[in-house]
Amino acid sequence: MTVSVRDTPFEPYAELAAYEKQRFARPGQFGASASFVGSMRDLNEGDAVSRMTLEHYPGMTERHLETICAEATARWGLLDTLVIHRVGLVLPGDPIVLVAAWSAHRAEAFTACRHIMEDLKSRAPFWKKETTAQGERWVARNTSGVVQEATPDN
Amino acid sequence: MSAAPEISVKLFAGLAEARGWRERRVTYAPGLTVTDVWRRETGEAALPPRVLCAVNMDYCAADKVLAPGDEVGFFPPVTGGSA
Repeated sequence: MTVSVRDTPFEPYAELAAYEKQRFARPGQFGASASFVGSMRDLNEGDAVSRMTLEHYPGMTERHLETICAEATARWGLLDTLVIHRVGLVLPGDPIVLVAAWSAHRAEAFTACRHIMEDLKSRAPFWKKETTAQGERWVARNTSGVVQEATPDN
Repeated sequence: MSAAPEISVKLFAGLAEARGWRERRVTYAPGLTVTDVWRRETGEAALPPRVLCAVNMDYCAADKVLAPGDEVGFFPPVTGGSA
């Protein structure tokens, strides 16, 4: 289980490949992996967004991400998890978050990956400030930690 | 002689920006609650409903009673992840 909060850009698929190679040295240890990559859009609530600054609560953020991953690991019998989250200055197109889960079978990996991401959004202390043509604004919207069916809005 | 017991208070994101400070050490007093700290340090009457609080990096209720050396964090609703 690894949690990493970084103030520099990262390449999620290279991270994923390197982590998997390092953690599963013996071939055939897992049957399924699921991953999610969230990246910055250039639009939010109808306004063009040119950049964003992400703040966190050093110590608390990492602790809560670790708790979220530990809970998911226990609940779905995962073999491993990886969470990487950006802080600091983020530009449109930059990856913000990577969540990955490894398990014996697909159902656990899919479900756990989704739950870790939803828990992260509702429990991990991160805050976003966007820069638009009108200036800077804090993103105020909080999203539910309940896993819902995907709709065109989320 | 030991120093008077203190607690540390941290503000984050928009709360810190609006009030112009991010961290303070304040004097501890027996029975002090999270809400007491908010009132005393911000001069505001009550903890706004949208302000979240944590003691020693765990979410807590506003009426939590503090202990010497505790760290109290106040912050807006969290907005991590992506769309």
